[in-house]
Amino acid sequence: MDLSIGSPLTIGLILGVVIITAALLITVERRLLGFWQERLGPNRVGWFGSLQVVADMIKIFTKEDWIPPFADKFSFVVAPGIIMTVVLLSFAVIPFSPNLGVIDSNIGVLFVLAMASLGAYSVMLGGLSSDNKYALLGSLRAAAQMISYEVFMGISLLGVIALTGSFNLREIVESQSDGWYIVPQFIGFVIFLIAGVAESHRLPFDIPEAEQEICAGYHTEYSGMKFGMFFVAEYIGLVLISSLITVLFFGGWLGPDFLPSVAWFAIKAFGFIAFFILMRAAVPRPRYDQLMTYGWLFLLPLSLLNLLVTGAIILST
Amino acid sequence: MIKLIADTLLTQVRTLWLVFIKLFKKKDTVEYPDKQPYMFPRWRGRIILSRDPDGEERCVACNLCAVACPVDCIALQKGEMEDGRWYPEFFRINFSRCIMCGFCEEACPTNAIQLTPDFEMAEYKRQDMVWEKEDLLINGTGKYHDYNFYRVAGKQIKGKDKGEALNESAPIDVRSLMP
Repeated sequence: MDLSIGSPLTIGLILGVVIITAALLITVERRLLGFWQERLGPNRVGWFGSLQVVADMIKIFTKEDWIPPFADKFSFVVAPGIIMTVVLLSFAVIPFSPNLGVIDSNIGVLFVLAMASLGAYSVMLGGLSSDNKYALLGSLRAAAQMISYEVFMGISLLGVIALTGSFNLREIVESQSDGWYIVPQFIGFVIFLIAGVAESHRLPFDIPEAEQEICAGYHTEYSGMKFGMFFVAEYIGLVLISSLITVLFFGGWLGPDFLPSVAWFAIKAFGFIAFFILMRAAVPRPRYDQLMTYGWLFLLPLSLLNLLVTGAIILST
Repeated sequence: MIKLIADTLLTQVRTLWLVFIKLFKKKDTVEYPDKQPYMFPRWRGRIILSRDPDGEERCVACNLCAVACPVDCIALQKGEMEDGRWYPEFFRINFSRCIMCGFCEEACPTNAIQLTPDFEMAEYKRQDMVWEKEDLLINGTGKYHDYNFYRVAGKQIKGKDKGEALNESAPIDVRSLMP
Protein backbone atom coordinates (compact mmCIF):
# COMPACT_ATOMS: atom_id res chain seq x y z
CA MET A 1 0.00 0.00 0.00
CA ASP A 2 1.40 3.37 -0.88
CA LEU A 3 0.35 6.93 -0.22
CA SER A 4 0.21 8.42 -3.66
CA ILE A 5 -2.50 10.16 -5.65
CA GLY A 6 -5.37 7.79 -6.28
CA SER A 7 -4.16 4.74 -4.31
CA PRO A 8 -6.93 2.91 -2.41
CA LEU A 9 -5.30 3.75 0.93
CA THR A 10 -5.28 7.47 0.14
CA ILE A 11 -8.91 7.41 -0.98
CA GLY A 12 -10.00 5.60 2.15
CA LEU A 13 -7.96 7.95 4.33
CA ILE A 14 -9.42 11.08 2.74
CA LEU A 15 -12.96 9.71 2.96
CA GLY A 16 -12.55 8.76 6.61
CA VAL A 17 -10.87 12.00 7.64
CA VAL A 18 -13.45 14.14 5.87
CA ILE A 19 -16.43 12.33 7.41
CA ILE A 20 -14.89 12.30 10.90
CA THR A 21 -13.97 15.98 10.62
CA ALA A 22 -17.52 16.81 9.59
CA ALA A 23 -18.93 14.87 12.53
CA LEU A 24 -16.49 16.52 14.95
CA LEU A 25 -17.53 19.89 13.60
CA ILE A 26 -20.94 19.39 15.23
CA THR A 27 -19.25 19.56 18.63
CA VAL A 28 -16.73 22.21 17.61
CA GLU A 29 -19.49 24.43 16.27
CA ARG A 30 -21.59 24.11 19.42
CA ARG A 31 -18.60 24.90 21.62
CA LEU A 32 -17.44 27.86 19.55
CA LEU A 33 -20.96 29.25 19.26
CA GLY A 34 -21.19 28.98 23.02
CA PHE A 35 -17.94 30.88 23.55
CA TRP A 36 -19.01 33.62 21.18
CA GLN A 37 -22.29 34.02 23.01
CA GLU A 38 -20.56 34.15 26.43
CA ARG A 39 -21.74 30.63 27.24
CA LEU A 40 -19.72 27.46 27.75
CA GLY A 41 -21.44 25.12 25.30
CA PRO A 42 -21.63 21.34 25.82
CA ASN A 43 -18.78 20.38 28.15
CA ARG A 44 -20.14 17.38 30.09
CA VAL A 45 -19.51 14.35 27.86
CA GLY A 46 -15.87 13.35 27.77
CA TRP A 47 -12.83 15.60 28.02
CA PHE A 48 -14.15 19.17 27.66
CA GLY A 49 -17.16 17.85 25.76
CA SER A 50 -15.10 16.08 23.12
CA LEU A 51 -17.27 12.95 23.21
CA GLN A 52 -20.44 14.95 22.65
CA VAL A 53 -20.30 13.93 19.01
CA VAL A 54 -20.38 10.26 20.02
CA ALA A 55 -23.47 10.87 22.14
CA ASP A 56 -25.12 12.77 19.30
CA MET A 57 -24.30 9.99 16.86
CA ILE A 58 -25.70 7.29 19.16
CA LYS A 59 -28.86 9.32 19.48
CA ILE A 60 -29.25 9.91 15.76
CA PHE A 61 -28.56 6.26 14.86
CA THR A 62 -31.03 4.82 17.35
CA LYS A 63 -33.88 7.20 16.60
CA GLU A 64 -36.94 5.98 14.77
CA ASP A 65 -36.49 6.43 11.04
CA TRP A 66 -39.97 7.44 10.00
CA ILE A 67 -41.20 7.86 6.43
CA PRO A 68 -44.46 9.81 6.39
CA PRO A 69 -47.28 7.85 4.70
CA PHE A 70 -48.15 10.83 2.49
CA ALA A 71 -44.60 11.18 1.16
CA ASP A 72 -43.32 9.96 -2.18
CA LYS A 73 -41.20 7.11 -0.85
CA PHE A 74 -38.63 6.69 -3.60
CA SER A 75 -37.48 10.30 -3.87
CA PHE A 76 -37.85 10.75 -0.11
CA VAL A 77 -35.30 8.00 0.49
CA VAL A 78 -33.03 8.95 -2.39
CA ALA A 79 -32.76 12.69 -1.58
CA PRO A 80 -30.41 12.57 1.45
CA GLY A 81 -28.21 10.08 -0.36
CA ILE A 82 -27.75 12.44 -3.29
CA ILE A 83 -26.38 15.36 -1.28
CA MET A 84 -24.10 13.08 0.75
CA THR A 85 -22.67 11.47 -2.41
CA VAL A 86 -22.33 14.76 -4.21
CA VAL A 87 -20.40 16.61 -1.51
CA LEU A 88 -18.15 13.63 -0.86
CA LEU A 89 -17.47 13.31 -4.61
CA SER A 90 -16.37 16.95 -4.71
CA PHE A 91 -13.45 16.06 -2.45
CA ALA A 92 -12.06 13.88 -5.26
CA VAL A 93 -10.38 16.86 -6.92
CA ILE A 94 -9.25 18.78 -3.80
CA PRO A 95 -5.44 18.74 -3.54
CA PHE A 96 -4.58 18.25 0.13
CA SER A 97 -0.81 18.18 -0.37
CA PRO A 98 1.59 17.62 -3.30
CA ASN A 99 1.14 13.84 -3.19
CA LEU A 100 -2.22 13.47 -1.44
CA GLY A 101 -5.47 13.45 -3.35
CA VAL A 102 -7.90 11.20 -5.18
CA ILE A 103 -7.44 12.33 -8.77
CA ASP A 104 -5.32 14.88 -10.57
CA SER A 105 -7.99 16.22 -12.88
CA ASN A 106 -7.68 18.83 -15.60
CA ILE A 107 -11.23 20.00 -14.99
CA GLY A 108 -11.10 20.21 -11.20
CA VAL A 109 -12.86 23.55 -10.82
CA LEU A 110 -15.61 22.59 -13.26
CA PHE A 111 -16.11 19.28 -11.47
CA VAL A 112 -16.62 20.97 -8.11
CA LEU A 113 -19.08 23.46 -9.59
CA ALA A 114 -20.99 20.66 -11.34
CA MET A 115 -21.25 18.67 -8.13
CA ALA A 116 -22.45 21.75 -6.25
CA SER A 117 -25.19 22.17 -8.87
CA LEU A 118 -26.26 18.55 -8.45
CA GLY A 119 -26.68 19.20 -4.73
CA ALA A 120 -29.67 21.39 -5.58
CA TYR A 121 -31.53 18.26 -6.72
CA SER A 122 -31.23 16.74 -3.28
CA VAL A 123 -32.86 19.61 -1.42
CA MET A 124 -35.48 20.00 -4.14
CA LEU A 125 -36.45 16.33 -4.15
CA GLY A 126 -36.35 16.13 -0.37
CA GLY A 127 -38.67 19.10 0.02
CA LEU A 128 -41.08 18.19 -2.77
CA SER A 129 -41.43 14.52 -1.83
CA SER A 130 -42.20 15.38 1.81
CA ASP A 131 -45.60 16.79 0.78
CA ASN A 132 -45.45 19.36 3.56
CA LYS A 133 -45.99 23.07 3.12
CA TYR A 134 -42.88 24.09 5.04
CA ALA A 135 -40.76 21.57 3.17
CA LEU A 136 -42.18 22.83 -0.11
CA LEU A 137 -41.39 26.44 0.77
CA GLY A 138 -37.91 25.42 1.90
CA SER A 139 -37.14 23.51 -1.26
CA LEU A 140 -38.46 26.35 -3.43
CA ARG A 141 -36.14 28.76 -1.65
CA ALA A 142 -33.25 26.30 -1.76
CA ALA A 143 -33.58 25.71 -5.49
CA ALA A 144 -33.82 29.42 -6.33
CA GLN A 145 -30.96 30.34 -4.00
CA MET A 146 -28.56 27.62 -5.11
CA ILE A 147 -29.19 28.16 -8.82
CA SER A 148 -28.76 31.92 -8.66
CA TYR A 149 -25.70 31.88 -6.44
CA GLU A 150 -24.01 29.26 -8.60
CA VAL A 151 -23.86 31.77 -11.44
CA PHE A 152 -21.47 34.21 -9.86
CA MET A 153 -19.77 31.56 -7.76
CA GLY A 154 -18.45 30.35 -11.11
CA ILE A 155 -17.79 33.81 -12.48
CA SER A 156 -15.87 34.89 -9.37
CA LEU A 157 -13.51 31.94 -9.90
CA LEU A 158 -12.80 32.89 -13.51
CA GLY A 159 -10.34 35.55 -12.36
CA VAL A 160 -8.23 32.91 -10.62
CA ILE A 161 -8.49 30.60 -13.60
CA ALA A 162 -7.47 33.37 -15.99
CA LEU A 163 -4.42 34.16 -13.83
CA THR A 164 -3.37 30.49 -13.72
CA GLY A 165 -4.44 29.52 -17.19
CA SER A 166 -5.72 26.14 -15.99
CA PHE A 167 -8.76 24.45 -14.45
CA ASN A 168 -6.50 22.05 -12.55
CA LEU A 169 -6.63 22.76 -8.81
CA ARG A 170 -3.07 21.47 -8.33
CA GLU A 171 -1.71 23.87 -10.91
CA ILE A 172 -3.72 26.67 -9.28
CA VAL A 173 -1.99 25.96 -5.96
CA GLU A 174 1.45 25.66 -7.51
CA SER A 175 1.09 28.94 -9.38
CA GLN A 176 0.53 30.69 -6.04
CA SER A 177 4.08 29.92 -4.80
CA ASP A 178 5.10 33.55 -5.38
CA GLY A 179 1.97 35.17 -3.92
CA TRP A 180 -1.49 34.06 -2.91
CA TYR A 181 -4.43 34.99 -5.11
CA ILE A 182 -6.14 36.75 -2.21
CA VAL A 183 -4.20 39.91 -3.13
CA PRO A 184 -4.91 40.26 -6.87
CA GLN A 185 -8.35 38.64 -6.59
CA PHE A 186 -9.68 40.17 -3.36
CA ILE A 187 -13.11 41.02 -4.80
CA GLY A 188 -13.32 37.55 -6.33
CA PHE A 189 -12.52 36.10 -2.91
CA VAL A 190 -15.25 38.09 -1.17
CA ILE A 191 -17.82 37.13 -3.79
CA PHE A 192 -16.79 33.48 -3.63
CA LEU A 193 -17.01 33.54 0.17
CA ILE A 194 -20.54 34.95 0.12
CA ALA A 195 -21.62 32.60 -2.66
CA GLY A 196 -20.07 29.70 -0.78
CA VAL A 197 -22.10 30.50 2.33
CA ALA A 198 -25.25 30.65 0.24
CA GLU A 199 -24.31 27.47 -1.61
CA SER A 200 -23.85 25.41 1.55
CA HIS A 201 -26.88 27.19 3.07
CA ARG A 202 -25.17 28.11 6.28
CA LEU A 203 -26.19 31.07 8.35
CA PRO A 204 -26.67 33.96 7.57
CA PHE A 205 -27.95 32.52 4.27
CA ASP A 206 -29.75 29.48 5.68
CA ILE A 207 -33.01 30.71 4.23
CA PRO A 208 -34.07 27.25 2.91
CA GLU A 209 -34.04 25.87 6.46
CA ALA A 210 -34.79 28.99 8.49
CA GLU A 211 -36.05 27.55 11.77
CA GLN A 212 -37.88 30.65 12.87
CA GLU A 213 -39.83 31.01 9.63
CA ILE A 214 -40.44 27.57 8.16
CA CYS A 215 -39.51 25.02 10.91
CA ALA A 216 -36.58 23.25 9.32
CA GLY A 217 -37.40 23.90 5.67
CA TYR A 218 -36.81 21.04 3.27
CA HIS A 219 -35.91 18.48 5.96
CA THR A 220 -38.91 19.12 8.20
CA GLU A 221 -40.27 15.60 7.68
CA TYR A 222 -36.95 13.81 7.96
CA SER A 223 -35.92 11.91 11.05
CA GLY A 224 -33.27 9.49 12.23
CA MET A 225 -30.34 8.76 9.96
CA LYS A 226 -31.91 10.39 6.90
CA PHE A 227 -31.95 13.69 8.77
CA GLY A 228 -28.45 12.85 9.98
CA MET A 229 -27.27 12.58 6.40
CA PHE A 230 -28.64 16.02 5.54
CA PHE A 231 -27.07 17.32 8.74
CA VAL A 232 -23.62 15.81 8.18
CA ALA A 233 -23.71 16.71 4.48
CA GLU A 234 -24.14 20.34 5.51
CA TYR A 235 -20.97 20.12 7.59
CA ILE A 236 -19.10 18.29 4.83
CA GLY A 237 -20.22 21.11 2.53
CA LEU A 238 -18.74 23.55 5.04
CA VAL A 239 -15.42 21.68 4.98
CA LEU A 240 -15.57 21.61 1.20
CA ILE A 241 -16.12 25.35 0.83
CA SER A 242 -13.34 26.07 3.32
CA SER A 243 -10.96 23.75 1.45
CA LEU A 244 -11.88 25.38 -1.85
CA ILE A 245 -11.21 28.88 -0.50
CA THR A 246 -7.90 27.63 0.86
CA VAL A 247 -6.93 26.07 -2.46
CA LEU A 248 -8.09 28.89 -4.71
CA PHE A 249 -7.14 32.01 -2.78
CA PHE A 250 -4.82 31.09 0.10
CA GLY A 251 -2.23 28.92 -1.54
CA GLY A 252 -3.51 25.51 -0.47
CA TRP A 253 -0.69 23.48 1.08
CA LEU A 254 1.96 26.19 0.56
CA GLY A 255 3.62 27.50 3.71
CA PRO A 256 6.94 27.63 5.59
CA ASP A 257 8.83 24.36 5.83
CA PHE A 258 8.65 23.71 9.58
CA LEU A 259 5.21 22.09 9.22
CA PRO A 260 4.20 19.40 6.71
CA SER A 261 2.14 20.64 3.80
CA VAL A 262 -1.02 18.79 4.92
CA ALA A 263 -0.85 20.64 8.25
CA TRP A 264 -0.74 24.01 6.49
CA PHE A 265 -3.77 22.97 4.47
CA ALA A 266 -5.64 21.85 7.59
CA ILE A 267 -4.78 25.04 9.52
CA LYS A 268 -5.97 27.31 6.74
CA ALA A 269 -9.13 25.29 6.14
CA PHE A 270 -9.95 25.24 9.84
CA GLY A 271 -9.50 29.00 9.96
CA PHE A 272 -12.25 29.38 7.40
CA ILE A 273 -14.48 26.85 9.13
CA ALA A 274 -14.14 28.92 12.32
CA PHE A 275 -14.92 32.04 10.31
CA PHE A 276 -18.12 30.46 8.98
CA ILE A 277 -19.13 29.56 12.53
CA LEU A 278 -18.34 33.11 13.63
CA MET A 279 -20.63 34.39 10.90
CA ARG A 280 -23.36 32.15 12.24
CA ALA A 281 -22.88 33.61 15.71
CA ALA A 282 -22.81 37.24 14.59
CA VAL A 283 -24.72 38.04 11.43
CA PRO A 284 -28.53 38.06 11.24
CA ARG A 285 -30.40 36.34 8.43
CA PRO A 286 -31.63 38.53 5.54
CA ARG A 287 -35.06 38.21 4.02
CA TYR A 288 -35.51 35.86 1.06
CA ASP A 289 -36.14 38.62 -1.49
CA GLN A 290 -33.24 40.67 -0.09
CA LEU A 291 -30.95 37.71 -0.72
CA MET A 292 -32.09 37.37 -4.34
CA THR A 293 -31.89 41.13 -5.02
CA TYR A 294 -28.45 41.28 -3.44
CA GLY A 295 -27.26 38.40 -5.59
CA TRP A 296 -28.59 39.40 -8.98
CA LEU A 297 -28.34 43.19 -8.77
CA PHE A 298 -25.11 43.59 -6.80
CA LEU A 299 -22.91 40.50 -6.74
CA LEU A 300 -23.41 39.49 -10.38
CA PRO A 301 -22.39 42.87 -11.86
CA LEU A 302 -19.52 43.09 -9.38
CA SER A 303 -18.18 39.66 -10.33
CA LEU A 304 -18.46 40.47 -14.04
CA LEU A 305 -16.61 43.75 -13.42
CA ASN A 306 -13.93 41.87 -11.49
CA LEU A 307 -13.48 39.46 -14.40
CA LEU A 308 -13.33 42.37 -16.87
CA VAL A 309 -10.65 44.23 -14.91
CA THR A 310 -8.62 41.04 -14.33
CA GLY A 311 -8.75 40.23 -18.03
CA ALA A 312 -7.68 43.75 -19.00
CA ILE A 313 -4.74 43.64 -16.61
CA ILE A 314 -3.62 40.20 -17.87
CA LEU A 315 -3.84 41.42 -21.49
CA SER A 316 -1.91 44.62 -20.83
CA THR A 317 1.05 42.93 -19.07
CA MET B 1 -23.95 54.55 -3.18
CA ILE B 2 -20.31 53.71 -2.56
CA LYS B 3 -20.57 55.19 0.92
CA LEU B 4 -23.60 53.00 1.60
CA ILE B 5 -21.77 49.86 0.47
CA ALA B 6 -18.66 50.75 2.49
CA ASP B 7 -20.74 51.48 5.58
CA THR B 8 -22.64 48.20 5.24
CA LEU B 9 -19.41 46.23 4.84
CA LEU B 10 -17.74 47.98 7.76
CA THR B 11 -20.71 47.37 10.06
CA GLN B 12 -20.60 43.68 9.20
CA VAL B 13 -16.87 43.50 9.86
CA ARG B 14 -17.32 45.37 13.14
CA THR B 15 -20.09 42.98 14.17
CA LEU B 16 -17.86 40.00 13.44
CA TRP B 17 -15.00 41.53 15.41
CA LEU B 18 -17.15 42.39 18.43
CA VAL B 19 -18.51 38.87 18.55
CA PHE B 20 -15.04 37.37 18.06
CA ILE B 21 -13.49 39.14 21.08
CA LYS B 22 -16.17 37.58 23.27
CA LEU B 23 -14.01 34.44 23.00
CA PHE B 24 -11.73 35.96 25.66
CA LYS B 25 -14.41 37.33 27.97
CA LYS B 26 -15.61 35.77 31.17
CA LYS B 27 -18.50 33.42 30.55
CA ASP B 28 -21.88 34.03 32.13
CA THR B 29 -22.60 30.36 32.73
CA VAL B 30 -22.62 29.10 36.34
CA GLU B 31 -21.84 25.39 36.25
CA TYR B 32 -24.57 24.65 38.70
CA PRO B 33 -24.14 21.18 40.22
CA ASP B 34 -20.38 21.73 40.54
CA LYS B 35 -20.53 25.33 41.67
CA GLN B 36 -23.35 26.63 43.82
CA PRO B 37 -24.65 30.00 42.70
CA TYR B 38 -24.79 32.76 45.31
CA MET B 39 -28.35 32.86 46.65
CA PHE B 40 -29.56 36.17 48.02
CA PRO B 41 -30.86 36.02 51.61
CA ARG B 42 -34.29 37.23 50.59
CA TRP B 43 -34.63 34.68 47.77
CA ARG B 44 -38.08 33.11 47.94
CA GLY B 45 -37.48 29.38 48.14
CA ARG B 46 -38.40 26.52 50.44
CA ILE B 47 -40.83 27.51 53.21
CA ILE B 48 -39.93 26.88 56.88
CA LEU B 49 -41.65 27.36 60.23
CA SER B 50 -39.37 29.12 62.72
CA ARG B 51 -39.23 29.05 66.52
CA ASP B 52 -39.00 32.01 68.90
CA PRO B 53 -35.80 32.67 70.93
CA ASP B 54 -37.12 30.51 73.76
CA GLY B 55 -37.43 27.52 71.47
CA GLU B 56 -41.22 27.46 71.24
CA GLU B 57 -43.14 27.35 67.98
CA ARG B 58 -43.89 30.83 66.69
CA CYS B 59 -46.98 29.84 64.75
CA VAL B 60 -50.21 30.77 66.50
CA ALA B 61 -52.46 29.06 63.93
CA CYS B 62 -54.20 32.27 62.94
CA ASN B 63 -54.83 30.94 59.39
CA LEU B 64 -53.81 34.22 57.76
CA CYS B 65 -51.21 32.47 55.61
CA ALA B 66 -53.72 29.91 54.40
CA VAL B 67 -56.10 32.73 53.47
CA ALA B 68 -53.41 34.77 51.74
CA CYS B 69 -52.13 31.80 49.73
CA PRO B 70 -53.26 32.29 46.11
CA VAL B 71 -53.01 28.58 45.28
CA ASP B 72 -54.40 27.26 48.58
CA CYS B 73 -51.42 25.05 49.28
CA ILE B 74 -51.36 25.62 53.07
CA ALA B 75 -53.62 23.66 55.39
CA LEU B 76 -53.57 23.85 59.20
CA GLN B 77 -55.69 23.18 62.27
CA LYS B 78 -55.75 25.34 65.40
CA GLY B 79 -55.02 23.79 68.77
CA GLU B 80 -54.76 25.38 72.23
CA MET B 81 -52.27 24.51 74.95
CA GLU B 82 -53.10 24.46 78.64
CA ASP B 83 -51.32 27.77 79.25
CA GLY B 84 -53.52 29.52 76.70
CA ARG B 85 -51.09 29.55 73.78
CA TRP B 86 -52.40 28.67 70.33
CA TYR B 87 -50.48 26.26 68.13
CA PRO B 88 -51.15 24.37 64.88
CA GLU B 89 -52.23 20.74 65.44
CA PHE B 90 -51.10 20.02 61.94
CA PHE B 91 -49.50 22.29 59.40
CA ARG B 92 -49.25 21.02 55.85
CA ILE B 93 -47.76 22.68 52.76
CA ASN B 94 -48.24 21.07 49.37
CA PHE B 95 -45.07 22.13 47.55
CA SER B 96 -46.27 20.72 44.27
CA ARG B 97 -48.79 23.57 44.28
CA CYS B 98 -46.72 26.26 45.99
CA ILE B 99 -45.60 29.05 43.65
CA MET B 100 -43.13 30.62 46.12
CA CYS B 101 -44.92 33.96 45.98
CA GLY B 102 -44.13 34.81 49.61
CA PHE B 103 -47.63 36.10 50.42
CA CYS B 104 -47.80 33.79 53.46
CA GLU B 105 -44.61 35.34 54.83
CA GLU B 106 -46.05 38.82 54.38
CA ALA B 107 -49.33 37.86 55.99
CA CYS B 108 -47.80 36.16 59.05
CA PRO B 109 -48.27 38.32 62.20
CA THR B 110 -45.71 36.37 64.23
CA ASN B 111 -42.86 35.94 61.68
CA ALA B 112 -43.37 32.18 61.99
CA ILE B 113 -43.58 31.24 58.31
CA GLN B 114 -40.53 32.29 56.31
CA LEU B 115 -39.08 31.62 52.87
CA THR B 116 -35.44 30.50 52.55
CA PRO B 117 -32.93 30.56 49.68
CA ASP B 118 -33.06 26.77 49.28
CA PHE B 119 -34.46 25.70 45.92
CA GLU B 120 -33.37 22.08 45.52
CA MET B 121 -36.71 20.44 46.28
CA ALA B 122 -37.23 18.05 43.36
CA GLU B 123 -38.84 14.70 44.23
CA TYR B 124 -39.67 11.60 42.26
CA LYS B 125 -43.13 11.08 43.79
CA ARG B 126 -45.83 13.72 43.93
CA GLN B 127 -46.78 12.68 47.46
CA ASP B 128 -43.23 13.42 48.67
CA MET B 129 -43.79 17.06 47.94
CA VAL B 130 -46.38 17.39 50.70
CA TRP B 131 -44.52 18.56 53.80
CA GLU B 132 -45.89 18.18 57.32
CA LYS B 133 -45.16 20.33 60.36
CA GLU B 134 -42.27 18.11 61.48
CA ASP B 135 -40.58 18.65 58.08
CA LEU B 136 -41.19 22.39 58.09
CA LEU B 137 -40.16 23.26 61.64
CA ILE B 138 -36.55 24.35 62.17
CA ASN B 139 -34.65 24.76 65.40
CA GLY B 140 -33.96 28.43 64.92
CA THR B 141 -35.39 31.87 64.57
CA GLY B 142 -34.90 32.31 60.85
CA LYS B 143 -34.47 35.86 59.67
CA TYR B 144 -35.80 37.59 62.84
CA HIS B 145 -33.61 36.69 65.79
CA ASP B 146 -35.21 38.20 68.90
CA TYR B 147 -38.87 38.45 68.06
CA ASN B 148 -41.19 36.65 70.46
CA PHE B 149 -44.89 37.18 69.82
CA TYR B 150 -46.13 36.36 73.33
CA ARG B 151 -43.56 38.68 74.90
CA VAL B 152 -44.77 41.76 73.01
CA ALA B 153 -48.45 40.98 72.44
CA GLY B 154 -51.23 41.75 74.93
CA LYS B 155 -52.57 38.21 74.82
CA GLN B 156 -52.90 36.71 78.28
CA ILE B 157 -51.24 33.36 78.88
CA LYS B 158 -50.28 31.42 81.98
CA GLY B 159 -47.30 33.12 83.64
CA LYS B 160 -47.92 36.43 81.88
CA ASP B 161 -50.87 38.48 82.90
CA LYS B 162 -52.41 41.49 81.19
CA GLY B 163 -50.01 44.43 81.21
CA GLU B 164 -46.83 42.40 81.69
CA ALA B 165 -45.73 42.40 78.04
CA LEU B 166 -42.88 44.55 76.78
CA ASN B 167 -43.80 48.23 76.41
CA GLU B 168 -47.22 47.53 77.84
CA SER B 169 -48.55 49.47 80.81
CA ALA B 170 -50.77 47.78 83.37
CA PRO B 171 -54.51 47.79 82.59
CA ILE B 172 -56.44 50.69 84.02
CA ASP B 173 -59.22 50.07 86.50
CA VAL B 174 -62.03 51.84 84.68
CA ARG B 175 -64.15 52.24 87.86
CA SER B 176 -61.34 54.11 89.64
CA LEU B 177 -61.12 56.64 86.84
CA MET B 178 -62.74 59.74 88.24
CA PRO B 179 -63.42 62.79 86.06
